[in-house]
Amino acid sequence: MTGPQPWVGEAAGTVDGVDPSWRRLSPRMLLVHPVQELPRALVPLLGIFVAGTTSGHDWWAVVSLAGVVVAAMLRWFTTTYRITPDYVQVRQGLLRRRELSVPRDRVRTVDVTAHAIHRLVGLARVEVGTGRSDRSDEGVRLDGLSAAEASRLREELLHRRARPATETAAGTATETAAGTAAETAPAPAEAVPVAADVEVELVRLRPGWVRYGPFTLSGFVTVGVIAAFLSRLVNEAHLDPTRYGPLRAVAGHLTHAPVGLAVAEVLAACVAVVALASTFGYVLAFWGFRMTRHSAGTLHVTRGLLTARATTIEERRLRGVEISQPLLLRVAGGARCIAIATGLRVGRGAERGGSLLLPPAPRAEAERVAGEVLRSREPATAPLVPHGPRARQRRYTRTLGTAALIVGVLLAGRWLADWPDWAWQVGLVTLPVAWLLAEDRARALGHALVGGRLVTRQGSLVRRRWMLDTDGIIGWNLNRSFFQRRAGLSTLTATTAAGHQRYEVLDVDLAEALHLADEATPGLLTPFLERHA
Amino acid sequence: MTVTLRAPRNRVSRRAIGYWTLRALGGWLVLGAIQLVWLMSAGPTGLRLLALVATAVLGTVHLIVMPRWRYRVHLWEATPEAVYTQSGWLNQERRIAPVSRIQTVDSERGPLEQLFGLANVTVTTASAAGPLKIDGLDHATAQRLVDDLTTNTQATPGDAT
Repeated sequence: MTGPQPWVGEAAGTVDGVDPSWRRLSPRMLLVHPVQELPRALVPLLGIFVAGTTSGHDWWAVVSLAGVVVAAMLRWFTTTYRITPDYVQVRQGLLRRRELSVPRDRVRTVDVTAHAIHRLVGLARVEVGTGRSDRSDEGVRLDGLSAAEASRLREELLHRRARPATETAAGTATETAAGTAAETAPAPAEAVPVAADVEVELVRLRPGWVRYGPFTLSGFVTVGVIAAFLSRLVNEAHLDPTRYGPLRAVAGHLTHAPVGLAVAEVLAACVAVVALASTFGYVLAFWGFRMTRHSAGTLHVTRGLLTARATTIEERRLRGVEISQPLLLRVAGGARCIAIATGLRVGRGAERGGSLLLPPAPRAEAERVAGEVLRSREPATAPLVPHGPRARQRRYTRTLGTAALIVGVLLAGRWLADWPDWAWQVGLVTLPVAWLLAEDRARALGHALVGGRLVTRQGSLVRRRWMLDTDGIIGWNLNRSFFQRRAGLSTLTATTAAGHQRYEVLDVDLAEALHLADEATPGLLTPFLERHA
Repeated sequence: MTVTLRAPRNRVSRRAIGYWTLRALGGWLVLGAIQLVWLMSAGPTGLRLLALVATAVLGTVHLIVMPRWRYRVHLWEATPEAVYTQSGWLNQERRIAPVSRIQTVDSERGPLEQLFGLANVTVTTASAAGPLKIDGLDHATAQRLVDDLTTNTQATPGDAT
């Protein structure tokens, strides 16, 4: 870490050593802002340029371009921020002044992102999240600070915090002399300054893991978007792509090849392109992935090839870990880890917002990382209690029932509405697929209570193993449908303030569900339980 | 030795049966009206008449069975330590939340509920998945429950996550 320890505080005017004066963003943003703003203003600028040249006023374009650049640079002059002992405050705007204050004890995440332009001039963007769940939460965004200043700010906001006395023992291995200074510094009643921060590396991406890239299917979306864009372009421009160069040869080859072969070739080409794009996406998003644990009680994740992202998760907000295996990745023997933390929404897409703890990697590695994060290897590796034949039966009834319904509808369409015969014949394919799906889903089911964690697993297309801290469970839902009651089963849902908010133990025997819930949260169910001899 | 989870102790108000019936009746009437208009405008055929009759029969059975079944299922209990509810009819759900994790207690009375002198109480925790809703409570009971829960919740410190 560069820069001084913030809480040592020679320059500080306040009690706890935080510099409370208003600060500016890095002056290098004067270069970045115009580059960022220009693409947004590109369309109107082009319009003005065209209008200007046709009417003979060439200077219009120059003036408006200069206007955009000046407006972008003004953002630097109008934005100031400060960190007081209680608040993070940002003032911005020229005509519409806005002041945003976030209480420091509400700060839950600090993300440091550096896009390619930022990295070119050594800057980074800092986003301070308060973990509000509604979409309107923009939080405090400082775009941008020098990379050193950004990481120092992260330290300031996250590491100088209240923490249990037991964890301060980690501070004995001091890296700098800051420890002694911190101990003598007067501290507010809640915050216990610890000696210098010790960083332990938990995992680092190995280049060989890129082999899991093709199995993430993240390229599917990218390729789809590009294909849609191209086809629209071709349509709008009234081009016939089959008339040009190599495409013409390909089209000629396909029209003359047998139908089966042509379809197979096109499919193979699609698979190759998607695999390539996925691998590319994997490298782009996860290159240089590294997760470390700071002795101050945070997990720190950095990753990204062109855009460098750094996410910090407070361990006191961590309620568990999810090991998730999409079907393809599972077939390839891979898995990824996702944090279950309060104030951290489970994002979409390959990066899972800021909650990703391990990109697709070997399964053993995922288990090891989950064990490291939970400080106990057992929840990730312990064998699970299977849910038995009745739960298996329900998996078959449900998937086969759905498949039978599809075939039934197609057959009815054949009789009533003259649908072609091949429709229901193709529909028959769903039956063996449903059979396999049911078997796989049945095998996934399992639960256990190990090392103070509720462990539960389910799913086939995406198999997830959730390891939830029992302290994080804030209630139980016991769901029993009509058919579940007949089978003596129930779905037990642990509710929590973290991650997905609900973690299910699917189709578990009722007595076992009660036993599990009673053991996970001792005392909560006791007044409502009846024991029969 | 077998362990079972007993049902919560308290029933909701008996007037809730009327409330649920009336609430469900609205949906069936809309469905029936659409079919009737269709029948009038497109002319009665065997299939359309059959559909209308089927709707009427299904609706009647639903309106007779559902509220009474629901009344037998809907139960609640609040102790100083926990809130425990049971709801549903075909699909039944029991929810338990410790009082120490309660974040808000809401009481609400819609126009239909006011007609029957009822109120519902929703107890939320920090989890988006865990609100406990007690439907069809007698208004006075709901008031008392809210007061009790508010008092108990204040007694426990912490941010309940």
